[in-house]
Amino acid sequence: MKEVIKHVACPYCGACCDDLEITVEDDKIIEVKNACIIGTEIYHHASREGRVGSPRRRQPDGTYKDITYDEAIDFTAKMLIKAKKPLIYGFGSTNCEGMAAAGRVAEDAGAVLDNCASICHGSSFLAIFDTGYPSCTLGEVKNRADVVIYWGSNPAHAHPRHMSRYGIFPRGYFTGKGARGRKVIVVDPRYTDTARCADHFLQVAQGHDYDLFDAFRMVMHGYAADLPDVVAGIPKEKILEVCDVIKAGRYVHIFFGMGLCHSDGRNHNVDIAINLVRDINEFTKCTIMAMRGHYNIAGPGIVWAWQFGFPYCIDLTKGSHAHMNPGETSSVDLANRGEIDAFINIGTDAGAHFPIRSFEKIGGAGIPMVTIDPSVNMAATVSDVHIPVAIVGVETGGICYRMDNVPIQYRAVIKPFNGILTDEELFDKIYERMQELKMAGIESDGSWEYAAPLADVRPVKEAYE
Amino acid sequence: MNTITITLAKQAQLYLEADLITPDQFAGKSTAEIGAIEISEGKIRYPLASFAKIEGAAGPTPEETRIVLNGDWSRVKRIGQQMSAGEIIINSNVDMYTGGWMKGGKITVNGNADSFTGIAMAGGELTIKGNCQNHVGSAYRGDWRGMTGGVLRVMGNVGNDIGTFMRGGTIIVEGDAFIHVHTHGEGGTIIVKGNVEGRVGGQSVKGDVFVNGKIDYMMPGFKYVDDVTKEVDGVSAVYAHYIGDLGERHPDVKGQKIFTNLYLKK
Ligand code: SF4
Repeated sequence: MKEVIKHVACPYCGACCDDLEITVEDDKIIEVKNACIIGTEIYHHASREGRVGSPRRRQPDGTYKDITYDEAIDFTAKMLIKAKKPLIYGFGSTNCEGMAAAGRVAEDAGAVLDNCASICHGSSFLAIFDTGYPSCTLGEVKNRADVVIYWGSNPAHAHPRHMSRYGIFPRGYFTGKGARGRKVIVVDPRYTDTARCADHFLQVAQGHDYDLFDAFRMVMHGYAADLPDVVAGIPKEKILEVCDVIKAGRYVHIFFGMGLCHSDGRNHNVDIAINLVRDINEFTKCTIMAMRGHYNIAGPGIVWAWQFGFPYCIDLTKGSHAHMNPGETSSVDLANRGEIDAFINIGTDAGAHFPIRSFEKIGGAGIPMVTIDPSVNMAATVSDVHIPVAIVGVETGGICYRMDNVPIQYRAVIKPFNGILTDEELFDKIYERMQELKMAGIESDGSWEYAAPLADVRPVKEAYE
Repeated sequence: MNTITITLAKQAQLYLEADLITPDQFAGKSTAEIGAIEISEGKIRYPLASFAKIEGAAGPTPEETRIVLNGDWSRVKRIGQQMSAGEIIINSNVDMYTGGWMKGGKITVNGNADSFTGIAMAGGELTIKGNCQNHVGSAYRGDWRGMTGGVLRVMGNVGNDIGTFMRGGTIIVEGDAFIHVHTHGEGGTIIVKGNVEGRVGGQSVKGDVFVNGKIDYMMPGFKYVDDVTKEVDGVSAVYAHYIGDLGERHPDVKGQKIFTNLYLKK
């Protein structure tokens, strides 16, 4: 029988649209309404052929053989106990319940716990530590903002419904004219599809956003006359014109993306943006928000800050305290420097997202590796063990934090494929198994008898051919 | 002064953390006691003696203790962390945090050092004969109190974030720097004898920065004032004097605004 489930939140991007309508029949997804194309895909993906329905262990010849959950959990638990410095990384695509359960495992294992922010908005965290975060909710942007700035982000492609739900087009309480009442400023080195919606487009020289922020701040501090003729490729007159638009706004909001936090200078590109927000508040109301990528990548920042006091890059190896210092305890640096001896890739794809040279140091170095993910991603193809889990927002519910740190209750619309476990259930079982193993006398001594790396690890390319 | 020599005989599979290798920890201890000092590799802890040979004797106080490190220490972090007196000579490359939070004494690295060298340093002398990576003499993440004192000298090149949130002391870079020198600075002096790519003095409130080479991209917030003659690290020269960052807040002292001074050698 067909059933339409309403008010479903989308488990894809950080916009977390919660107005989806999903039609299901016999535990199959028939139709998805209101979602954008990438959101629609994630639902159909759940009902597609080729899902993995059981944990799998890599064989010496590179093929995979199904194993039981108990075997997979035992392998993972032993690996975590035995390793001197295991890394548990990912969590872009799971719920907060799974993140909290993983936090308990990481603490018990003395692991490094990190999330995808490490290669994404992590540098924005550093800026926030240094300068604070004068932010707001997306509802406030929709209802109040009459000047909206997208700086180094391209929602037209990365967050397809962001502009229509919050940023540019919606009619809100004080913004009844919708797009006609809003001034939109886009700053980007490329003329993006988002830039096509802008009233003012500033094509900043690649890697020089910091200089342009400094110029804006000079104007706000009354030094407009001292501006050089051109800053970061933008003429002085244009900078002054845009500053006038900003000062004339009743409520200004800046959305910033990875154009800032992943070009040279990283956190400083963001902390100067936050300081500009402080300056603008001398003239009018202004807030700022990071365009977080995945639907719950804001989640680990909230959950782990509560558990450990830090949002990411958390080194728990000392047992007595948590230590965080990106550059040292960040996943890519740990991999690059050869500083870990076991790896769990959960709810993400380190194989696709890490710089290839650093992933080679994990995937190709004989470091034991477990991938926990509903799909066969690149990391899964070089893992010793791949454990499938239920898709959050499709097969299991839970709490997820939207890009503005507002928690959204996600819902299951169908049952988990083949009865597979959720991330939370899996991590709780790994935790229980670790306690059993420790009771049985298995210790962290850095020896590898329980998790010997497989001798024959074929390069990814060969495995596909 | 007593000298104790530690020769690293065995390499760790990962990296070692040795924040207890300081004259403060060694002073008054016997060779056996020093050998029992803990170092760690991830979550496993070892006595120092299991990786190193220890010879000589420590002095009765940190002031009278000199530690000489021989062998390859390039995968060892946190040497000399928080030391207050005495001397450490490292005849090798070293990893991160060398001389971090140090308050006094002297460290000489006869090689390269990695990132976070001299982070939040408060006093003493830290000299790196080779190159350093990033965050030299900068603040710990989220701390607005960076380096407050001491002299940090790098004879080679450095990366980014040199003296971030610096409030006092002196950093001398004899080679080149990449970007972000004296960012968020609130005092202190940085001398770069080579070139800098850019972002010198961004968001800097007060302090002095000298650059003897070229700056590829000058921050827009720095304004030329006049030419001055300055003696820098013992050498006198004419510098173009700029003030800034005009995009940052600046304190008023006796009705006069205080800026960061940037001196660019002519
Ligand atoms: S914009 Fe993002 S959250 Fe909204 S439907 Fe598309 S992918 Fe899903």
